[in-house]
Amino acid sequence: MELAFLEISELAEKLRNKEISSVELTKYFLKRIKEYDGESGLNSFLTVTEEEALAQALEADKILASDPHASVLTGIPYAAKDLFSTKGIRTTASSKILDKFVPVFDATAVAKLNTEKSILLGKTNLDEFAHGSSTETSAYGPSKNPWDVTRIPGGSSGGSAAAVAAGLVPFALATETGGSIRQPASLCGICGWKPTYGRVSRFGVIAMTSSNDSPGTIARSVKDLAITAEILSGHDPKDSTTSVKEIPNYAANLRSDLKGVKIGVPKEYFVPGMQPEVEARIHEAIAKLKELGAQVVEVSLPLTKYGSLVYAIVTPAEISSNLARFDGIRYGHRTEDAKDLSDIYDQSREEGFGDEAKRRILTGAYALSAGYYDAYYLKAQKVRRLLVDEFNEVFQKVDALVCASVPNVAQKIGNAKDNPLFGYIADQLNIPASMAGLPALSIPCGFAKAEDADIEMPVGLQIIGPQWGEQNVFNIGYAYQTITDWHKKYPKGFGEI
Amino acid sequence: MILTAEEVRKIAGLARIKLNDSEVEKFRKELSVVLEYVSELEKVDTEGVEEISQVTGLENVLREDHAKLSEYRDAIIASFPERKDDFLKIKSIL
Amino acid sequence: MTGKNNTNSYTPVIGLEIHVQLKTKSKMFCDSPNNPDETVPNTNICEVCTAQPGTLPVVNKEAIRLGTLLGLALNCKIAHNSKFDRKSYFYPDLPKGYQISQYDKPIAEHGYLDINVDGVVKRVRIRRAHLEEDAGKNVHPEGSGYSLVDYNRAGTPLMEIVTEPDITSAKEARIFLEELRNIVRYIGAGSADMEKGTMRLEPNISVRKPGQQELPNYKVEVKNINSFKFAEAAIEYEVERHIQMLSEGQTPKQVTMGWNEKASQTVEQRSKEEANDYRYFPDPDLPVLKLSDQFISELQAALPELPAAKRQRFKEEYGLPDDDIQNLVNWKELTEYFEEVVSEIQAWIQADRSKEDLLKLVKMAANWCLQDFSALLNASKINPSESRVTQENFAELLKHIADAKISVTAAKQVFAQMFEHGGDPDHIIEDLGLSQISDTAAIESAVDSVIQANEKAVLDYKAGQQKSFGFLVGMAMKELKGKGNPAIVNEILKKKLE
Repeated sequence: MELAFLEISELAEKLRNKEISSVELTKYFLKRIKEYDGESGLNSFLTVTEEEALAQALEADKILASDPHASVLTGIPYAAKDLFSTKGIRTTASSKILDKFVPVFDATAVAKLNTEKSILLGKTNLDEFAHGSSTETSAYGPSKNPWDVTRIPGGSSGGSAAAVAAGLVPFALATETGGSIRQPASLCGICGWKPTYGRVSRFGVIAMTSSNDSPGTIARSVKDLAITAEILSGHDPKDSTTSVKEIPNYAANLRSDLKGVKIGVPKEYFVPGMQPEVEARIHEAIAKLKELGAQVVEVSLPLTKYGSLVYAIVTPAEISSNLARFDGIRYGHRTEDAKDLSDIYDQSREEGFGDEAKRRILTGAYALSAGYYDAYYLKAQKVRRLLVDEFNEVFQKVDALVCASVPNVAQKIGNAKDNPLFGYIADQLNIPASMAGLPALSIPCGFAKAEDADIEMPVGLQIIGPQWGEQNVFNIGYAYQTITDWHKKYPKGFGEI
Repeated sequence: MILTAEEVRKIAGLARIKLNDSEVEKFRKELSVVLEYVSELEKVDTEGVEEISQVTGLENVLREDHAKLSEYRDAIIASFPERKDDFLKIKSIL
Repeated sequence: MTGKNNTNSYTPVIGLEIHVQLKTKSKMFCDSPNNPDETVPNTNICEVCTAQPGTLPVVNKEAIRLGTLLGLALNCKIAHNSKFDRKSYFYPDLPKGYQISQYDKPIAEHGYLDINVDGVVKRVRIRRAHLEEDAGKNVHPEGSGYSLVDYNRAGTPLMEIVTEPDITSAKEARIFLEELRNIVRYIGAGSADMEKGTMRLEPNISVRKPGQQELPNYKVEVKNINSFKFAEAAIEYEVERHIQMLSEGQTPKQVTMGWNEKASQTVEQRSKEEANDYRYFPDPDLPVLKLSDQFISELQAALPELPAAKRQRFKEEYGLPDDDIQNLVNWKELTEYFEEVVSEIQAWIQADRSKEDLLKLVKMAANWCLQDFSALLNASKINPSESRVTQENFAELLKHIADAKISVTAAKQVFAQMFEHGGDPDHIIEDLGLSQISDTAAIESAVDSVIQANEKAVLDYKAGQQKSFGFLVGMAMKELKGKGNPAIVNEILKKKLE
């Protein structure tokens, strides 16, 4: 039975029809993980929770047998980026400082999926503490892009994206701070949802940039994203920044035309250095949107180019503070050869953090330090206000914006090395919406030839909505997928076993 | 903006990360690149602009004063790298 | 207030930083219990207050209420827009590597507290008062070579109060602290107990040279002070030390000192970290606070009578001596008890009694509260509300004394019984047979027999020896088994001896 590349709703149908049990489905994906993952494979999973998954699947089967109203996610396997705390299951953030760390509680997002009786298959690789855009900063080595294993899957949620793209799991929890869902989704040719900041609880997600971090999902279709969004969204009393705003029935509200929808195309998102073929795919996608009845207008967001600069200050600043708790004192790695208390701090952190984390911690500490705060952090937060205002203004005129997710297709593993600006440039089209806390999608919209080889790699279309406007972006993405099949394409070499 | 090695050492001290001389040099260069990159921000006129640190517009998010003992207490203690009875044990502070 | 120094002597310049733990049920940012009396280490801890990865703070509403209330009690302006900031430093008792505090938008600012120093009112300005979370506790077992950390206290709510450097002596500092403690207790914001660490003081001390106008260019912070006594001693010690140095032409180093209880002196502490650069920035996990006019004015209206107003009223209405008033006010629960006794007295004092009678009884009530009652309460380490003596019975006993139904000596006995076993004074007086004899016939007959039996003393008295009168009173009281009303005995004896 070909299950690897089916959507959640299709799998849910099979579970209900008793074509397959959740235990069988779970075993099926676990087998694929064994076959295609691991260090010599995609390296997308850091931990596989076979035993727990099978136990959970048994439970799910019981519910499916007895409850005709069981959730569509009941019995569906998923993976979680290793930034989500999972009770009793090792959670590393891809950092040596948490190499053996086992959380005592579940992140709210994980707890919600547990309640639905979704099946956690394991924890996926990421850039260390989500600092990166390629998974190369992971202490456990990079994940690989299933479309070409010599290339990056993007990051930081590269493990989640690679696993979904290769059909190792139907969907995955991921997180965004400045492109960490959209960019890997784009590079791996699958769908990613970056929620409105405050829509999905951050509780239990190891913090990177608290004012940006947005847990979301990576899946095969916009409909799948909408299904997960309904479950994951909502106020969490443990996260003061989550909204009490009502959660629409995203999936049920989806419609297949775009009549009356006004879409803006921001001209500044066609950046210098963008691959012409990528640009061509975006224009083709826009033509499809028009076909669906959307009114498309060009808009201007002149501050776009400053987004990455604001991000390059705010993010390290918050990181330097959020990573202070990893000090070797209460949990995590404590240096073996401390002579005194000072050594516990200095050496545990020296040994535990990789270069990228160190670089960001140092940059952030500098930007916040006495005498520099106003010039860096305060200045950045002022420009951030202007960015927010600029988006608000444009959303007075349009329902959503479309543009490329990433200006280029996936690069070779190794290109990012020792380039402190790699991420800021790779994510430049994602960051402005992140800084403003807006919802956005990346969905596949075709292929473009890699710049350095004769190989076709996926291109992603980005759809950005106004604050709390997930329905807008889901509707546009869904309508697009009713008349295109880019999201049905999957890489070769990951067939049935 | 070009950082000095002395500044890098000072920041590393604040951030409690031990750096050897070659690392100081590596980060001095890399941080200087980042600071150079962000210096473009100076071009944006922010006269009279109030900074934003949160985008949700939420205010007064408060919880009622109810106390309860945590179910995770024992597990938290069990994960201390070193302990003495229920205390966390560390090298002497004095 | 500052900047004026026309004296020819060295003038201490003292500012206080005081941390007051707020009495909430749960901690500042999580629902772990806030219990300063917890003795088992790491009991009141959870994933949030031990900073497990991914955990987030949520503000305790009650801490905001108590903080606002305390700000108002200190005559501060309450901020309509306030927020929390992160203060970064590394220390084992600080789980997150930063403390959630308030930096540039404290909840309260620009207040003052008037204190009474030897009958003179002195105003100490409050620069700011802000909310923050406490750290845990580090313990250093003697000779062990390691330290232990207990996070029970980590994350409990604190109000940090910072004064302007308006204080000029150790005594003023102590009076300020006592007044602040009283206020905190009166408004129910906390126990403000220095010994238990629910109120902690860090004075900043410097000294102006004779004639010096500007603030000194240094200040010394003193930590580790855990009683009013030590506060006074530490400040005195530092001031002396500074004067000594200044008079030798030196300037004291700007350092942090610690009070060493055993040596009764301050000692320089190793700095907690290499550099003080706290890298404050707004905590992105916590939405801003907006306190409405309505919220503030409701709390203003809810403020109870504060110690200063109470002192004033006790003086004006009851004419009590200043020291008694201060001693009463210093013990909130005793003051409450005293006022309840007074209202009992007022309830049964009818219009036929004069105001003087009332004041006499109130004065008596104050004395009894401060002396016998306090002594018994202290001996059994309880508060007035926990004692068996009801306010009604307390007042009843005072009435019997005033009516001369029993002697003061006997009343003390009765009171001890009431304290021990409870019960109303009438029954106890009866049971112990302590009722005082005011019947003139009985007293006259006793006096007669004493005069007959002590001829010599009578003669001595008549010869001018006053001492003999006392002897004869004593003998008469003995004859009356100690229950004679002394005033009547005196009167009759005097008459008979004429």
